[in-house]
Amino acid sequence: MNTTTMPNELINLTISPRLAKNLRRNIKERLIEFILMLAALSAVFTTFAIVAILLYESFGFFKAISLVEFFTGKEWTPLFEDAHYGIMPLISGTLTTSAIALAVAVPVGTIGAIYLSEFASHKTREITKPILELLVGVPTIAFGYFALLFVTPMLQKIFPELPGFNMLSAGLVMGVMIIPYISSVAEDAMRAVPMSMREGSYAMGATRFQTALRVVTPAATSGIVAAYILAISRAVGETMVVAVAAGQQPLLTFNPMDGAATITAYIVQVAMGDLPHGSIGYQSIFAAGLVLFIMTLGFNIIGHVVRKKYTEKY
Amino acid sequence: MVNTQTPLKAESKDLNFFYASGHQALKSVSMPIYENKITALIGPSGCGKSTYLRCFNRMHDLYPGNKYEGQIIMHPDNTNILEHGVDAIEVRMRISMVFQKPNPFPKSIFENVAYGLRVRGETNKRTVADKVEEALKGAALWNEVKDRQQDLAFNLSGGQQQRLCIARALATDPEIMLFDEPTSALDPIATANIEELMSELRHKLTILVVTHNMQQAARISDYTAYMYLGEMMEYGDTDTIFTRPARKETEDYITGKFG
Amino acid sequence: MAVQTTQTQASVLNNLDAVRAMIRRHKRNDILFAAVGLIALMIGLLTLLTLFIQLVSDGYPRFNLQFFSDFPSRRPGSAGILTAWVGSLLVMLVTFFTAVPVGVGAGVYLEEYAPKNLFSDLIEINVSNLAGVPSIIYGLLALGLFVYGLGLGQSILTAGLTLGLLILPVVIVSTREAIRGIPVAIREAAYAVGATKWQVVSDHIVKYSQGGILTGIIIGMSRAIGETAPIITIGALTFIAFLPPSPISDVAPYLNFEWLSSGFTVLPIQMFNWLSRPDHAFHINAAATGAIIIVVTLLMNGTAIYLRYKIRKNIKW
Repeated sequence: MNTTTMPNELINLTISPRLAKNLRRNIKERLIEFILMLAALSAVFTTFAIVAILLYESFGFFKAISLVEFFTGKEWTPLFEDAHYGIMPLISGTLTTSAIALAVAVPVGTIGAIYLSEFASHKTREITKPILELLVGVPTIAFGYFALLFVTPMLQKIFPELPGFNMLSAGLVMGVMIIPYISSVAEDAMRAVPMSMREGSYAMGATRFQTALRVVTPAATSGIVAAYILAISRAVGETMVVAVAAGQQPLLTFNPMDGAATITAYIVQVAMGDLPHGSIGYQSIFAAGLVLFIMTLGFNIIGHVVRKKYTEKY
Repeated sequence: MVNTQTPLKAESKDLNFFYASGHQALKSVSMPIYENKITALIGPSGCGKSTYLRCFNRMHDLYPGNKYEGQIIMHPDNTNILEHGVDAIEVRMRISMVFQKPNPFPKSIFENVAYGLRVRGETNKRTVADKVEEALKGAALWNEVKDRQQDLAFNLSGGQQQRLCIARALATDPEIMLFDEPTSALDPIATANIEELMSELRHKLTILVVTHNMQQAARISDYTAYMYLGEMMEYGDTDTIFTRPARKETEDYITGKFG
Repeated sequence: MAVQTTQTQASVLNNLDAVRAMIRRHKRNDILFAAVGLIALMIGLLTLLTLFIQLVSDGYPRFNLQFFSDFPSRRPGSAGILTAWVGSLLVMLVTFFTAVPVGVGAGVYLEEYAPKNLFSDLIEINVSNLAGVPSIIYGLLALGLFVYGLGLGQSILTAGLTLGLLILPVVIVSTREAIRGIPVAIREAAYAVGATKWQVVSDHIVKYSQGGILTGIIIGMSRAIGETAPIITIGALTFIAFLPPSPISDVAPYLNFEWLSSGFTVLPIQMFNWLSRPDHAFHINAAATGAIIIVVTLLMNGTAIYLRYKIRKNIKW
C-alpha cells in the first residue's frame, strides 16, 4: 500500500502482480477523488465567475460614468439620446416593491410560523408544509401574469385611478410568494426552542398563545430576524413579477400607486432589446447587476450570521 | 393512614397513566400528600416517579394521546383535578412546578419572576414589583440579584437559575409546589442551598419532590414513597422508610443493593 | 404561619369565578389566534388556487392538440407552443447532464472526501451563497461568459448550462442531506470487507441515498423549467418559428449535436413574450402556456415531496 515507493518498482519491472494491482487501484482512487473535487470546486468557480464578469463589465461602464453620477443621479435613461445613468430610480423601485412585499409577508409569514410551530397538530403540519413548498415551486412568471391580469384589475376597482402597471400589485403578489420563505425559516427557529422552556411557561398556567408570544417568540428572535433578512434578499432579487406587472419605466418614486422599474426589471428590459455587445447600455446592466449582487449578498451574509447565532444557542 | 393529625392537601386514588404509545407508566397509585410537608418520591430510573409528579399539574396534557385514569383529589375543595371539566390551566395556577434543569425564559431576572403574574393579567406595577421582591426573598435570591434585576436570567449561575425558577413558581402563591429532581444538574453547594430553601418553603406550602438521591430524600422529606415499575411499593414517614422498611425491595434499593 | 397558608390558598380558591373567567378569556385568545394562523397559512394556498383557476379559465380556448403542434405566429388564434416545449425539453436535457453529475459529485466529495478544513469551508460557504444569488445574476454571468466570452451564442447549450449552474446548489444540498442520513456502521461494514473508498461510495453511499438525491434533482429541474429571468437575460427573447435540428438522425452515428448550438425558445419565455403584448388575444395564449407550466412544475414538485415522504417513512436505520 506504500504508494511513494511504487513508481520505482514499476520502472524496474520487478513488480509483483499483486503490487501492480494495488498501484492501479490507488491511481484510480486518486483520480476519482480529483474529479469529484473538481465538481465541488465548480461552486467556487461559479461565484468567482459571477464576481469577475460583473466587475469586468462594470469596470468598462464606470470608465465612462462616474461613481458619483451613478449613485446620486436621479435619472436613469440609458436608452435615450440624452442618456443619464443615475441608479436612484431603480433603487427606489426595488425598495418600494420589496417594502410592499415584506409588509405582506412578514406578518402573514410570522403568524403562520407561530401557528405551525405552536398550535398546529402533527397532522396539520404534515399537510400544510408540503403545500407551502409547492407554492415555492410555482414559476414566478405565472405570478407575474396573476399580478398584471388579476390583482391589478381587482385593485383598480378599489382605486379607479391606478395605472395598469403599478408597484402595489407587483409588491403584493411578491409578498405572497415569499410567505413560505419566512414561515419555514421562522418555524425552524421556533421549533429549535427547547421544550423545557415551553413546559416552564405552561407550568405557570400560561395558555398556548401566551407561551407562544411571551416565551417562544422572544427565544427564537434571532432566527425570526434571519428569516426576515433572507426574505428581503429574495424580494430585492425577484424579477419576473416586477418586470411584468410594475412596468419598466425608471421613475424616482416611492408611491406604490406608480409604475416604476426595479433593478431586475431594467436588466430584463435591456436584454429584450438588442443593444450591441460592449456598448455602454450593455455594460449598464452589469453595473446594475453588480449593485443587486452586493445588496443580496449583504442580506444573505447578515441573515446567515444571525441564523447561526440561534443554532449555536441551543 | 400514617398520620391523622396533619390535614391532607391532596391524594391520588387508583391513578393509572398511559402514554400515547400505549405504555402504562403508572399502575393504580394511591397516596396521600400532607399539607405543609415534604413528600419525596424515590425509585430507580423509569419507575414512574416523574410521570406521577407531572400528573399533578397536568403536564402530560401538552402531548397528545396521553391518558389519565383515576383521581387526584385536592383539598380542601375536594376537586378531582384530573376530571375532564377541570381546566388544566386552573390546576397549574394552584400547583406550580420546578424542573430538573433550570429553565429560565430568555428575559430579565425581574420578568422571569413576574411571568406568572403577567400571565394572570396583573398590570399594577407596584403589585408586580412587590410580589417579585417577595418571591426573590422567598427563594433566597434577593440579596444576590436585587441590584441587577434587569439583567438577562441566562447570566446567572446554574444554582441561581434554579432558585430563580423557584422564585418564579413562588410568585403566584401556589398551594403545592412540585420539584422534579431539582438538584440533579447542580453542584453540591448549590444543592445544599436548594435543600435548605425547600425546608423553609414547607412552612408556606406543600411540597412533592422527585429525587434519585436517597440522602436528599432522607435529609429533607417528611414522607417518602418508593416506586418501582409504575407501582407504589411502599409509603411511610421518612424515618420509618429509611430505618425499618416493611418490604425487602425497598430495603434493597435504599441500601444500594439494587437500582 | 398557619394564617399565611390560608391566605395564600385563598388566592385561587376564593376568587374561583374570577380566575375561571380570566382563563376563559385567555383561551378565547388561543382560539382566535389559531383561526388567524390558519387563515395566514391559507393565504398562500388560496392564492395558488386562484392563480391556477385564473390561468385555466383564461387559457381554456387554447387547450387543444393544435396548440401543442403549432408554431408561434403573429396571429394569436393560430399561434402554438411547439417550438417552446421542444426547446424546454432540449434545454432541460443539457441542464440535467450538467447539474446531475457535477452536483452529485460535489455533494459526494463534500460528505465523503473533503477534509474538514478551510478548503471545505470555502466550498460550503460558496454553495450556500450561490443558493441565495438571484436567478437574473446567473443570466448576467451567462451573457458575459457563455454568450460572448466563450462564444456559445444564444444557444440551447448556453441556456442549459446556465440553468444547470442555477440548480447546482439544490442538487448539492440534497445529495449531502441524503448521504448524511446513512449511518457510519454501513461504511464500516463495507470497509471491513476490503472495499476501497470509491467502492464504498459507488456501491453503498450513492445507492442508499439515491432516493434523496432524486428528490433534489426533481425539485431542481422543476425550478429550471419555470425559470424565465436568466433566459431572457442571455437575449433569447426572439421570435423562433423553427425547430432545432433533431438530436437523433437516421444515419450513423444516429446522434446529432447540432441542436446544441441552435437558437431556441422555452415555455416561460413564450409565455412572457405573449404576456408583454398589448393585444389581449395573446394573453389567452400566455394563460394557456402558464397553466401548462404550472401543471408540469406542480407534478414534479408533488412527486418529489411524495418521494421524500416515502423515504422518510420507509428507511429506519
